[in-house]
Amino acid sequence: MSNNNSYLSNYFHKNGRALGSIGYFVLLMVIFFIGAPEAWIRPNLHQSVFVMMPTLIFLTIPLVFLVASGEIDLSFASTYAVAAYVFALLVKNGVDPAICFVLGVFTGAAIGALVGTLIVVFRLSSLVASLGVLFLLRGVILLLTNSRSITIMEVENHWIYPLLVGNFYGFPMQIFWAAIFVIFCYYFFNKHVFGIHIQHVGDNSVSAEQMGINVNAVKIKTFMFVGIGSAIGGIFTTMITYTFFPTQGFGYLLLALAAVFVGGTPYWGGLGTIIGAVFGVGIIAYMEIGIIAIGWSGEWRQFFNGLIILLALLGHRLHGERVR
Amino acid sequence: MENIIELNKVTKRFGGITALNKASLKVTKGEVVGLIGDNGAGKSTLIKTLVGVYSPDEGDILIRGEKINGWNALKARESGIETVFQDRALTPQQSIVKNIFMGKELRYPLGFIKEKEQIFEANRLIREIGFTSKLINAESPVGNLSGGERQGVAIARAIYNNAELIVLDEPTNNLSLNETQKVFDFVLNVKKSNRSVLFIGHNIYHVYDISDRFVILDRGEVVHQLNKNDISTPEELMKIMRDTIRTH
Repeated sequence: MSNNNSYLSNYFHKNGRALGSIGYFVLLMVIFFIGAPEAWIRPNLHQSVFVMMPTLIFLTIPLVFLVASGEIDLSFASTYAVAAYVFALLVKNGVDPAICFVLGVFTGAAIGALVGTLIVVFRLSSLVASLGVLFLLRGVILLLTNSRSITIMEVENHWIYPLLVGNFYGFPMQIFWAAIFVIFCYYFFNKHVFGIHIQHVGDNSVSAEQMGINVNAVKIKTFMFVGIGSAIGGIFTTMITYTFFPTQGFGYLLLALAAVFVGGTPYWGGLGTIIGAVFGVGIIAYMEIGIIAIGWSGEWRQFFNGLIILLALLGHRLHGERVR
Repeated sequence: MENIIELNKVTKRFGGITALNKASLKVTKGEVVGLIGDNGAGKSTLIKTLVGVYSPDEGDILIRGEKINGWNALKARESGIETVFQDRALTPQQSIVKNIFMGKELRYPLGFIKEKEQIFEANRLIREIGFTSKLINAESPVGNLSGGERQGVAIARAIYNNAELIVLDEPTNNLSLNETQKVFDFVLNVKKSNRSVLFIGHNIYHVYDISDRFVILDRGEVVHQLNKNDISTPEELMKIMRDTIRTH
């Protein structure tokens, strides 16, 4: 009996936070269903959520890695736009879109590496330093583009378009890629040396260092991963809309961060949940659309986003304090 | 006798403070060396330099007679040196198994972890060390463990990696008598298998009981070394320690 208890408590320790965010998600669904049953059974409402979710997933899941490593990044919302800008500019100049995609993702990784190095080498606060980079990069884009958007209709005729963001018998391909990304990240975080080292570093970086883990390298790589995720998200969005907007990504800044924490990843590092974050994204995405669906005005969105973040934090509190 | 590790005139400074001043120390195969000294003598700095957490500003580190460049914690572990740190070097929110394999995970070629094998080995080690509570298994988080049990995890890590030299930094601090005895048994087992131990402590009685040789550190310098045969009681060792520190 006692052994069963122990396995149960270990299971709860491992999965409780993810289960919490799944619970929140279900609760939200029930509320919306009761609030607007006729709107809720219409498939197009869910379709529009599913179109929004992939981008948010590409942004949110890598942030789980970063928060688990004990750092935070705000600059991802601008990295998102810089990578998309590189992609759109190169496509406009006749470069093969597949190559543009790869170069865009490299741009994201490079920005992540720079931000990570800046923070790790100079021991800067990641919150403040990445806030600086957020504005700096956005400023660079606005200056370079003169605040003008770039339209790239030409991607539609390239094979990369149907592969990445096309419709496969009515099914948006970006959902498929986001699902692959989630599965990959789940294993990468829980079963791979990369994820395990991130958890050790975020939990106690001194211990990790004493055990021979290169703490700085782990952190820089995690920032790079955030850059890569942002770049993919930015390029996907640009392809879907055929347009690069100099302001794109800014709206996702707080939504993606909210999804991380609503998803059950604690802010203090060492722990994180990929599955929880997916449901966190679901909660945020459905909030954006569900409020309208039940007939309330859009002005309520922010209010409820705020409310749900606070409720989620209080709920996750039940899961316990940080153990030391 | 073969030297496992040798520190040759190692100096370590922090800002303007010289924490280690041309300290030399060697540990040969199969011996238990006791490192003693007052608080602030530099024991911790010496240990952290020896196991690669700090890199020396001057001096050489030799592994089995060979000089090693770019000494760091990973190289130390790869050279067969495992450390049970004073703070245990654990990550409390992670499971016992993750802690035991921290930094030296059992991996498949692409870096994915052999989870089942790790859990199996961790459960075996837990039983070997003798965790008393049945509530504990390899997947329990370290944060739920008592001080002695945490020390058990740190020791399990050193055992698993089959180190040639195990460095124990104040291993009996905050432990019960029973747990302290377990640590002693562990040291004797290591010695029996012809491996070496470097034992750091400020409880002279603990160090005296367990060591073959003593190294006295004072203000960052190795001021005296003697064999257990040279003395007959811990009080004698205490007196020598006081005298060397005072006359130095």
